[in-house]
Amino acid sequence: MTTKKTSIPEVDIEIDQEKGVIREVKTEKYLRSKKNHEKHVNRSIYTILVIMSIIWLAPFVFLVLQSFRSYLTESGGMVDYVIPHHFSLDNYRYLFQDGMFFRWYGNTLIIALVCAVIQTCMVLSVSYALSRMRFRGRKLFMNVVLVLGMFPGFLTMIALYFLLKQLGLTQEGAIPGLILIYCASSGMGYYISKGFFDTIPKSLDESARIDGASRALVFWKIIMPMSKPIVIYTIMMAFMAPWGDYVFASYVALGRAESYNVAVGLYRWVNTNDYQGYFTRFCAGGVLVAIPITLLFMFLQKYYVEGVTGGAVKG
Amino acid sequence: MTDLDYLKLSKPAKIGYDFLSFLKRIPMGIVRGVQKLFRSIWHIICLFGANVKDVIMTFVNGDWKTRISFLIMGFGNCARGQWLRGILFFLFQTVFNLYMFNFGMPYLAKFSTLGDIPTTKKGRVTVYGDNSFFILLYGILTIFFILAFIYTWRVNVRQNKLGQKYLKEGKRLQTGKEDLQSMADEQFHKTLLALPTLGIFTFTVLPIIFMILVAFTNFDYEHQPPSKLFTWVGWDNFHTLLSSGGANYGDTFRQVLFWTLVWAFFATFLNYFMGMLVAIMINKKGIRFKKVWRTILVMTIAIPQFVSLLYVSKMFAADGLINGTLMRWKWISEPIPFWTNAHWARFTVILINLWIGIPYLMLIATGILMNIPADLYESARMDGANAIQMYMKITLPYMLFVTGPYLLTSFIGNINNFNVIFLLTQGKPLSMELAGNAGYTDLLITWLYKMTVSDTNYKIAAVIGILVFIITVIINLVVYNLMPSVKNEEDFQ
Repeated sequence: MTTKKTSIPEVDIEIDQEKGVIREVKTEKYLRSKKNHEKHVNRSIYTILVIMSIIWLAPFVFLVLQSFRSYLTESGGMVDYVIPHHFSLDNYRYLFQDGMFFRWYGNTLIIALVCAVIQTCMVLSVSYALSRMRFRGRKLFMNVVLVLGMFPGFLTMIALYFLLKQLGLTQEGAIPGLILIYCASSGMGYYISKGFFDTIPKSLDESARIDGASRALVFWKIIMPMSKPIVIYTIMMAFMAPWGDYVFASYVALGRAESYNVAVGLYRWVNTNDYQGYFTRFCAGGVLVAIPITLLFMFLQKYYVEGVTGGAVKG
Repeated sequence: MTDLDYLKLSKPAKIGYDFLSFLKRIPMGIVRGVQKLFRSIWHIICLFGANVKDVIMTFVNGDWKTRISFLIMGFGNCARGQWLRGILFFLFQTVFNLYMFNFGMPYLAKFSTLGDIPTTKKGRVTVYGDNSFFILLYGILTIFFILAFIYTWRVNVRQNKLGQKYLKEGKRLQTGKEDLQSMADEQFHKTLLALPTLGIFTFTVLPIIFMILVAFTNFDYEHQPPSKLFTWVGWDNFHTLLSSGGANYGDTFRQVLFWTLVWAFFATFLNYFMGMLVAIMINKKGIRFKKVWRTILVMTIAIPQFVSLLYVSKMFAADGLINGTLMRWKWISEPIPFWTNAHWARFTVILINLWIGIPYLMLIATGILMNIPADLYESARMDGANAIQMYMKITLPYMLFVTGPYLLTSFIGNINNFNVIFLLTQGKPLSMELAGNAGYTDLLITWLYKMTVSDTNYKIAAVIGILVFIITVIINLVVYNLMPSVKNEEDFQ
């Protein structure tokens, strides 16, 4: 019997004639060098990741640290050190006593909660209709929304402001006014949830309809329970957006401090209101805003990732 | 060039060839577009003719119920027992008539001049005149209302025709109860879309049309109704914005446009590649605590931008943390002009945007990277490819293929990326060389915002808005026309 295996050590391969393949021989030396290389690469990746984590976390850590610097006994403005000389809760005490901040906080919370409900209903009903039903004007609706989306958002700001003013929903009425604006056109953001509905097999609808269920019943009893991820994603997005809106909120409230949301109020503290003195109070306010939002986000991160990737892939 | 020749070309040559053939297709495309336009106009004329004919025939062949319905909408429906529909038609007509005579007509009549009697004060008495703003706004609304009325009237006529026909054939008409039931079933889309459509119309369509028309008026700080009326000026504002010299904004506009495109390019592609790189690093086999790294990065998405960006913007200020620390360590003798020097400011903005953007891209890329078939890598490794080759030949093409549309939306989104620029720099540093209060980091969208809020120069703001829209449309058209060649390769299908 001839040898079945020919080994060629110079290049670490062997020829297996029985099976007719050329195979890599994993010599000890090769394996060791590979392992070393791997270790080396991993170590540098860890280094990069640690540095990145520091860069990414630093501003937030600084924000929290500076919020503990008293504006009474130390400087309330910007200083060139991070760790306060004395930890104090003066800034937080100010926020609780001043009242204005909690007014802003409450305003934003109300807007966010109402928007979360209304926007979700709007988005889901539009995407269900466009995904499951075929009717005249469906393509037209989608094309019109596509074209409207290409106009820059702030173009219509003046017109919207005067529309709201006609309805008495600016300044004192800024809160319902803002809710109206946020919710009215929210149906245009149907893309991601429509993409999700499209993946639910249509045969489910049809079999239910053969059994005599109406469209509305199918929507409530079949599609909704299956769409938990996208419902949560939509609620989450609608709830989080109002917390960050500065532009429109400041325009609609226009100098009426009781109607500000947190973004407008804190922006004023930093940029127009003698920010040297208000800087640490801004930090404290920022911390109070960021904590609930961040916790919410962390708990629902899974759904966010699903929505974002789904949206990116489908375009 | 045959397909074979094309396939032989190198990658850059292919892209070049695609681009040239796209340019060559433009004249044909325009011709086709015009043809299509004429065809659809002709189609509309035909449709209109058919409708008019149908209306006349309905009247000629109609019984007395149908004929009265031409004047009193819903009469035929009621007479045939469809009370719900009939009452709704009648209500709509009543509302329309009341609106037109009390409200719509006076505004529409002044639409061509936008009013000519300003509100003045005679002694202590205010004499109210016209208000161009409301004439324009309600003029548009009235035109839409008239169109809606014509459509509804047409539906009313058709219902009469059908009702008459069905009854003659001995069929039964749908009752009001059945109508309501069908709104939750076959007609469920009407229920679902009614409110969103109304919202989109009132708070998006109407304002957009209003602003498009404002671009053709002289609505600015010198023409604030009701005391100073504005009126139509044709294409003057476009001329002011686009041509240079004198009080025109041409040079500034080009400067801002240039920076907007540069910004959008870096903000999109730099974030894209860096985010992908980070995702690859975190997902590499053998790296532990994957979840921890991801969570740390995702913090920047979770925390509202106005908190994080405002704080970071202050960190980089002349008296901020970074400059302060560096000076204390005696590394620099005077503050680095992060926000006051044009080049520094642009660089810093792009840098900080990486901080914002990488986590986001990392999340997206992670999802997609997991979908890349593992055997692709396996076979590449068998062939002796190293990590960089695998990245260039497998990961990158796959990612680009899958996220092509995302890149497009992201590019457009960055052209309109208001938050990052506004919260970081407010467009500063300002310069005497730039007109209209623009700064060196101003994007078109932040410039538009300034025009609206601080300069109350609404006419120019409207023109900028329209130009941004045109730019967006052009980019979309170009990319979608180039895309098919990308898809033809079907590398991963």
